[in-house]
Order: sequence, then C-alpha cells, then structure tokens
Amino acid sequence: MTTLAETFARTRSEGRAALIGYLPAGYPSYAGCVDALVAMVESGVDIVEIGLPYSDPLMDGPTIQQAVEAALAAGVTTREVLKTVEAVAATGAATLVMTYWNPVERYGVGAFADAMAAAGGAGVITPDLTPDEAEPWLAAVASAGIDPVFLVAPSSTAARIRRVTEVSRGFVYVASTMGVTGVRDAVSDRAEALVARVRPVTDLPLSVGLGVSTAAQAAEVAAYADGVIVGSAFVRRLIDAPDPAAGVAAVRALAVELAAGVRAARH
Amino acid sequence: MSDTISDPATTLEVMPDAAGHFGPYGGRFVPEALIAALDQLTEAYASAGQDPAFRARLDHLNTTYAGRPSALTEAERLSAHAGGARMLLKREDLNHTGSHKINNVLGQALLTLRMGKTRVIAETGAGQHGVAAATACALLGLECVVYMGEEDTRRQALNVARMKMLGATVIPVTTGSRTLKDAMNEAMRDWVTNVESTHYLIGTVAGPSPFPRMVRDFQRVIGDEARAQVLALTDRLPDAVAACVGGGSNAIGIFTAFLDDPGVRLYGFEAGGDGVETGRHASSITGGAPGVLHGARSYLLQDEMGQTIESHSISAGLDYPGVGPEHAWLNDIGRATYRPVTDAQAMDAFSLLCRTEGIIPAIESAHAIAGAVEVGRELGPDSIVLINLSGRGDKDVDTAAAWFGVVTGEPA
Ligand SMILES: Cc1ncc(COP(=O)(O)O)c(C=O)c1O
Repeated sequence: MTTLAETFARTRSEGRAALIGYLPAGYPSYAGCVDALVAMVESGVDIVEIGLPYSDPLMDGPTIQQAVEAALAAGVTTREVLKTVEAVAATGAATLVMTYWNPVERYGVGAFADAMAAAGGAGVITPDLTPDEAEPWLAAVASAGIDPVFLVAPSSTAARIRRVTEVSRGFVYVASTMGVTGVRDAVSDRAEALVARVRPVTDLPLSVGLGVSTAAQAAEVAAYADGVIVGSAFVRRLIDAPDPAAGVAAVRALAVELAAGVRAARH
Repeated sequence: MSDTISDPATTLEVMPDAAGHFGPYGGRFVPEALIAALDQLTEAYASAGQDPAFRARLDHLNTTYAGRPSALTEAERLSAHAGGARMLLKREDLNHTGSHKINNVLGQALLTLRMGKTRVIAETGAGQHGVAAATACALLGLECVVYMGEEDTRRQALNVARMKMLGATVIPVTTGSRTLKDAMNEAMRDWVTNVESTHYLIGTVAGPSPFPRMVRDFQRVIGDEARAQVLALTDRLPDAVAACVGGGSNAIGIFTAFLDDPGVRLYGFEAGGDGVETGRHASSITGGAPGVLHGARSYLLQDEMGQTIESHSISAGLDYPGVGPEHAWLNDIGRATYRPVTDAQAMDAFSLLCRTEGIIPAIESAHAIAGAVEVGRELGPDSIVLINLSGRGDKDVDTAAAWFGVVTGEPA
C-alpha cells in the first residue's frame, strides 16, 4: 500500500501539490468506475478518493447526488466499494474512501477499518463525522493502520481547527467554502484564508476541496495548498458521456489537464 | 394504577449530557461547517433561558397568539370503545395553525431574532410544521423558505397554499423518496450554504444537538399543562399517556412532565403503514435499528448496508424513517413503550373520533387515538388515559375522503 505520507513526500519533493480525484463507487457500473479511476491514476492523479454511495448525501450537490442515486439503484454494496479500493490500490496510488458515517457503523466500525486496510486503502474521509463523535473510529483506524481524514471549514474556530488537526492523519481536508460539493465558476477566496489559519497549527498536508474543477483553478489552489481535490467535475464527465468508453476518455482528458494545472502553480 | 405524585426534582429530565447524548443516542453527526452554527444556537438558547424577558415574550405569544393553554376534553363517548377507560384529550388541535407545531416555532423564531439572523428554513412533511414556521416568520418579520418533498406537496396541497399565503417560499424536493427525509437533506444543504444569515428551524425532536433538547423544551408545555389539568379534573395522575410518534415532538412534549412519575405508563404510537411485517411502514423503533441519520444517532429504517429505507404511511407527518434520540433511549431503558398502528387502524380511529366526539383529528393524531383505545381496553374501566390530540384534520379531508371512498364504496 502507498500511504498518504509517502505520496505527499513525493509531491513535495517534486515541488508541487498532489492531485486528488474523486468518483463514487459503482458509477456508471462497478467495472466502469474502476476503469475511470485507473485512467485517472494513469493520467496524473496522485491520490484517489472513492465515494461510498449513500442514500442521504447531505454534503453533496446535484451532480454527485445523481451519480450516487444511480449507483445505489444498480445495487452497489459496501463490499463492492472495498473491491473498488483493492483494484485501485493495486495501481500503486494512495486510495481513500469518502463515506458518510452510517454505512461504517452498520458495517462495524472496527471491521470497516480492518477491511479498508486489507483492501490496501490508505485512509477514510468522513464528512459527517467530526472529532467530537470519533472516539471509537480513532481507535479502529489506529489499530488498522489507516489514516482518518477530517475536515475544517471556513466557519471553524481556532479551537476547532486545533481539534481537527490533532486527530487527522495523512492530510486535512480544507473545505473551500460554506456549501456542498459541486462545480463552481470560481474557487472561494475563503479557501486561501482558511489554509493560512490552519498552516501554523499543523505539519499535516492541507488539501483543498469543494468547487475545484478546471486546470486554472487547480493551479490557483496548488499555489497555496498541498493537495487539490476534484470531484464533481470528474463525475460530470461520466454523466455527460454518451457511453462508458467515452466517459473514461473524458475523465482521462480532465485528469491530464488538472495534472498540468497542479504542476503549473507558482509557489 | 398510579396515584403517586413525584418530587419535581427530577432524575430522567437531566438528559441529555452536554454534548447532546441520551445514553448512546443523539450527539452531533454533521459536517464541520455546521458546528459553529450549532454552538451559536446552543449558546443563544442557554442565554435565552437565563433571560426572563425571553421567557415572558414566549409566554405572551403562547397565550395571546397561539391560544394556550389548550383545553383538556373528556371524551365520554369514545370511552365506551376503550373498555370504559376515561379518555382525556389534550387539545393541541385547537392551537393557532392547528397543531402542536406552533409551540416550537414560536420559540425558535424568537431565538432566530436573538441570534440576529433574518432568514428561516424549515422542512415539512404534512405541512403543519411548514405552516407553523411560515406563521411565526410572518409574525416576526423573518424570511421563510420551506422544503417539502414533491410527493407531500401533492398529498398536502392545502398546506402548500397556506404557506404561500403566509408569504413563505415552498421548494418541492425531487430527490430520493421525495418525502420528509429528502426535504430534511435539502434543508441541511441550504443551511450549510447560508448558515451565516439563516436559522434551520427543525420541526421535531430529531437532528443534531441542541435540537432534540431544545424542541423538547419548547414542546413540554403540552405535558406541563396536561398534568395539572388531569390533576385538577380527576385528583390523580393518569395511568397512561399516549401520543403518535413521527420525529417525536408531540410525544416528548406530553411525556416530559410525566417522566419521573413511575406509575404513569408512556406509549408512543408509530406509523405501521401496511403493517410492520410488510416492510411498508414508518415504525423506526419497532421495525428499525440504531444508526445515524440527519445528525444524530437513533433508531432508523435501514438496510444491511446502512442505507436509509423509505418509510410508508398514510400520514405525511409520520412518514419519516427516523425518530428523535430521546425516544430511542426511553425505549431502551423501558420508560416508554412504542407500538405500531397501521394505516387501517388509524383511519378507523379517525372515523371513530369524528363520530363519537365531533372532532376531526389529524391522521397523525388518529394513530394516537387508535393506540390509546387499545391501551384503555388493556387497563380497564378504572383507568385514565391521557391522549395528545396533536392536530386537527382539516388538511387531511381529501386523504380521508379517498380512503373511505375506497374502503366502503360510499361516496366520500
Ligand atoms: C398533527 C401532527 N401530529 C404529529 C406530527 C408528527 O410529528 P412529531 O412526531 O414530531 O410530533 C405531525 C407532523 O407533521 C403533525 O402535523
């Protein structure tokens, strides 16, 4: 397994930010998703974030909701999500799952952390689990040897930022804006201000997500962050594609553009 | 049979803990972005509690605007159908806007002003909470946006019209099952985006802390009044208290005053839909399992993967796959008993109350009537059953007409 720490050490040594790409498992199908994620890795995505489809994704905007609803309607299961992790981790890219909390609790907190580790997963992002409720989860990931990734938001107080950075491992997910996932015309200028508030508190890499979709935006964010997270823009490519092969090609093309973007950033 | 009156220095009422936990339930399972707003709300609520002017203003609105205290009505003809038990109806249906929902919205709308926010969002199923929220916002000059599942906007068209007349914007939600749970998801998404100007006025005792405790506190006036009214009328405490349970706010509202009266049995009636065994129901406690939904841990309808299962009920206000965390805890410690009431049983009780008492209940409340009639038969003729009649049935006349038309073949 490639860890997040190894990946960020490499991208830092290359003098650039890491590119993190997201797709929900099972969309447009189990195999179609794996193909698209592997294409991302081949085209310059450093870290893969696999969404665990959930019936009530209250941090997601319409694009991801649409893909997730389709994946659930087609019967995707937690086991298939873990198989997706295994297939992507086999490429050598650090592989994360992003999941709402209830599916983890239902699977079993310890069992899920162990299954992620067994699949070669590097860590788990939990958008609706904050450190306040995370005690059993922190014990489980510590014992499984995977990284728990928590979020900071523009509304986080200094005390909250300390708390989140204390328990996060791998990197800290910096939510660029107050809002849900989705493609936006511009990355909120609150992102840079938030990175500046978090930076002095922790040595962990800081990855910015929510609303990053173009190479220019990736370059802009890469100038001040250690990681650039792109989700809805990839999902949008799959949704708009006339067939799965075209979807994979479109994802590949976007990954190439974004990879150039993170390399073009001026530090 | 109970006739002991406990010391008001309570034990069960100290729940929840500072982080909003009722035993293993409750808490806060929300995006980090919302934590600051929940902390702000917690603080505003605590400071309002210390401020006699806040309490005075709420009491004033409750009496001069909402119509409190609500009456206690002895249902003498209903009693004959309930094994002769004395049936006492707590008349929340007589409140302004037609249900208990007004108690909560007045409190939260005043808190919205206190926090300096100008916009209120709400989710609604039956539309009763949406109407109540729109009413409170009109009264206090707040902007109001109500999220309502598209399916519910059809089932409860009258309430959609009422909300619009009151100046609210109603947004039909077309995702997922297009009912209350999806309306709540959409409201959460709005809140995370607009939290600086906006208060999310949750309509029941669900959601992240401090909502379950705060909404309970605003609704406990029901039980506080009823306890005194029953004592005045009968010189003793009731043997049983019955309420319907959707998210659980009217039930907690009437239960709270009796939590430390061990002789008073508490019954919550969940929507049994076509029957719990059919899988088409909304009985989260009877037919669900513990998990996390909409910001708190509680019982919910979910599959093996932890995906929320769609609920089913003839009653839009009970058609929700979760339940407030305090109910989960009261169930687990055995303090309250939760039972399902099917659509058919509820509609029989709806008709029964219409014809014996001249009261058209909300279909939600008809679930409480159905359950209470059973409890009355179990406890016998010397018993006293207090029932929370949470709302009136004007909004349900179309649904009821269609139901009885189908079932009896009579023209509705
Ligand atoms: C009349 C009435 N009773 C009960 C309910 C259910 O809510 P709760 O369980 O929070 O009281 C509703 C919800 O819309 C309602 O309108």
